[in-house]
Amino acid sequence: MDVIIYLLPVALALGLIGLGAFFWCLKTGQFDDLEGAAHRVLTDDDEDGPD
Amino acid sequence: MTAAAIARPAGAEPAPERLVLAVDGATCAGCMRKIERGVSSLPGVVGARFNLTTHRLAVDARPEAVTLPQVIARLDRLGYAARPYAPDEAETASQARERRLIRALAVAGFGAANVMLLSVSVWSGAAGGMTGETRDLFHWISALIALPVVGYAGQPFFESAFAALRARRLNMDVPISLAVLLALVMSVIQTAAGAEEAYFDSAVMLLFFLLIGRVLEAGSRSQMRNLGQNLLALRRPTVTRLTGRGSMAEVAATAVRAGERILVAPGERIGVDGRVVEGASTLDDSLITGESAPKAVGIGARVFAGTLNLTGALTVEATAPGSNTLLAEIGELLERASAARGRYRALADRAAELYAPLVHGLAAATLLGWLVAGAGWQPSMLHAITVLIITCPCALGLAVPAVQAVATAALFRNRVLVNSGDALERLAEIDTVVFDKTGTLSDPGPALENAHDVAPESLHAAARLARSSRHVLARALARACPEATPVVDVHEVAGSGVTGREKGVELRLGSRAFCGVGEEDDADEPPLMELWFRREGEAPVVFLFDQHLKSDARHVVAGLAEAGLAVEMLSGDREATVRQAAEELGIARWRAGVDPKDKIARIDGLRGLGRNVLMVGDGLNDAAALQAANVSAAPASALDITQSAADIVIIGERLAPLLAALDAAKRARRLMLQNFALAGLYNAIAIPLAVAGLVSPLLAALFMSGSSIAATLNALRAARPRSTLPWT
Repeated sequence: MDVIIYLLPVALALGLIGLGAFFWCLKTGQFDDLEGAAHRVLTDDDEDGPD
Repeated sequence: MTAAAIARPAGAEPAPERLVLAVDGATCAGCMRKIERGVSSLPGVVGARFNLTTHRLAVDARPEAVTLPQVIARLDRLGYAARPYAPDEAETASQARERRLIRALAVAGFGAANVMLLSVSVWSGAAGGMTGETRDLFHWISALIALPVVGYAGQPFFESAFAALRARRLNMDVPISLAVLLALVMSVIQTAAGAEEAYFDSAVMLLFFLLIGRVLEAGSRSQMRNLGQNLLALRRPTVTRLTGRGSMAEVAATAVRAGERILVAPGERIGVDGRVVEGASTLDDSLITGESAPKAVGIGARVFAGTLNLTGALTVEATAPGSNTLLAEIGELLERASAARGRYRALADRAAELYAPLVHGLAAATLLGWLVAGAGWQPSMLHAITVLIITCPCALGLAVPAVQAVATAALFRNRVLVNSGDALERLAEIDTVVFDKTGTLSDPGPALENAHDVAPESLHAAARLARSSRHVLARALARACPEATPVVDVHEVAGSGVTGREKGVELRLGSRAFCGVGEEDDADEPPLMELWFRREGEAPVVFLFDQHLKSDARHVVAGLAEAGLAVEMLSGDREATVRQAAEELGIARWRAGVDPKDKIARIDGLRGLGRNVLMVGDGLNDAAALQAANVSAAPASALDITQSAADIVIIGERLAPLLAALDAAKRARRLMLQNFALAGLYNAIAIPLAVAGLVSPLLAALFMSGSSIAATLNALRAARPRSTLPWT
């Protein structure tokens, strides 16, 4: 059972990384346009460079 | 909508500026692509990103290379109306609140997952021989997670509860905060004593479930508000300001100072209060007075912001700054009136007022009861917390907002914008509908009256000329003959008309004098709006215009009567016009020549008789009456100020969405009451169990969320009917 000494901090750290990633996404506006994002994946706008 | 990531070329020039525009008419993925490509191809534009949820376009552009009007002009060519958009303070604040709720939800979710993991281990460990030390370790780790998580994610509840307590009131957040905090304190004491049970899981799960509900509600509310704000931005008035040297600049109406001159082209709304210094024209001030016949004005005449300039170009000298017009003043009056008006007390508030003291009383009684019965203070406290959690009014709290959010979104798809949260509740209770006429039951603009008396080829030729004019009557003429293509060689004489040349023959369309027709002297005839057309060497033809009733006005009035509602019409227009409209629509009770005060008096009178009145109007003269009624609706063609006074805005040119709104409101109210019944039933079963100490706090949290989910699922039924009207 001693292994939980390592496992618990590792599990918590992973969770915190996930939380941090979510906050980052929120901050960079990735959830600002949920509707548009669904369509964006279907448009090929590579042909005329990045928009 | 803040920092949408826009790809920028590496090592770019000086920092580009961010422009935000509200764009109308873009509803699909194709539009999104077309707009972004079209705008990106402008020189100086570094990036453009269209937000399909908020219908706003963020453009990063170098200010020295491209200006805002150029971007707007490009969008116009692409077929989309656009206006610069700047969020107001209220919107920024509510956006920040929404962000904060989402962050709180994420933190609570993280906490709930980890604490539950530890709790499940403890429970299974209790059966499988976990040592006391391991259990205590798990409890301490739970505390380590739960305390900061609650400290962060609980803030929205604690703040609201604290504010209520300071105002010596109770709201739904008080018992929630109490339950969460007590559960935490209890758990820490239990853990320190090495007890077998701790309730960190209950506290965190409770917050998590509650936050889910709040985030969903805030999200749907803010989307409605965004779209509403876009509508307003698209209509925000701009004026053409003349400077001393004869140059012109397009500025916001509020930026005009007294003494400055503005140019008002035919077909434009006058943006300021002022005096005419040059030109002559006729004005349509139906939005101000409700009078539909145009009024002639010349040099020296006083004009007011909001009136529509019909026939000639005018130069107006502002007598009051743009921010101090009649419109702006009435706006302030309205604000004061609405603050003073006894607000409708929403169902949820009434329920909360009854419910919150009951919850606290029950919890206290449970605590005392168990203490008196000889249980130790810890079990007694535990049972009291369980009562607080199980009675947690989430199902009650969700009962109304969830239905409102779903119904509002469904109505928006049917082209009804709901401005205030409790509008649907109030709408469900009405028994009387009062209509304004001009612009509400009738179309806001003129329509061709005598199409059948005119030879088709004359109509066609005139419509071709009319195509190239912005004049309201010309536009109405062009609408009457949509297949006409514009004449190429056209010259517009401001204030008089347009001339064109086709196969060497001169064509003229415009005022009586412009077409060389003598003045008529039958001045007692009501002044119909007219436009003359003359082909060189032929007799002149006259086109007469009048305001038409909306195509579905009859249907809507009949529908309302069928639903058992009393329908009335109050208009500021002349008696003859109002009588004719009333007869056509089958409205028995009507009054003509009514001024704003009379309208309010009539509505107050009706309310005095115990009637619940829905007022539907679009004019400035209706704005105060809209406030006076129990609930109010305005078409989207109304002035901003009238729209903001109305609870419901009907988008588009038809009235039928009003019937849909009434229907939806009735269904929403039924669902709200069902939800209350559901919550009541749940409480009737769960509370006795909790008081008797038969339920653990975690089980209580699960019960509680079960009832919330049931309420939410029931609320989803408000989305029907699924049928949506086309947006064009």
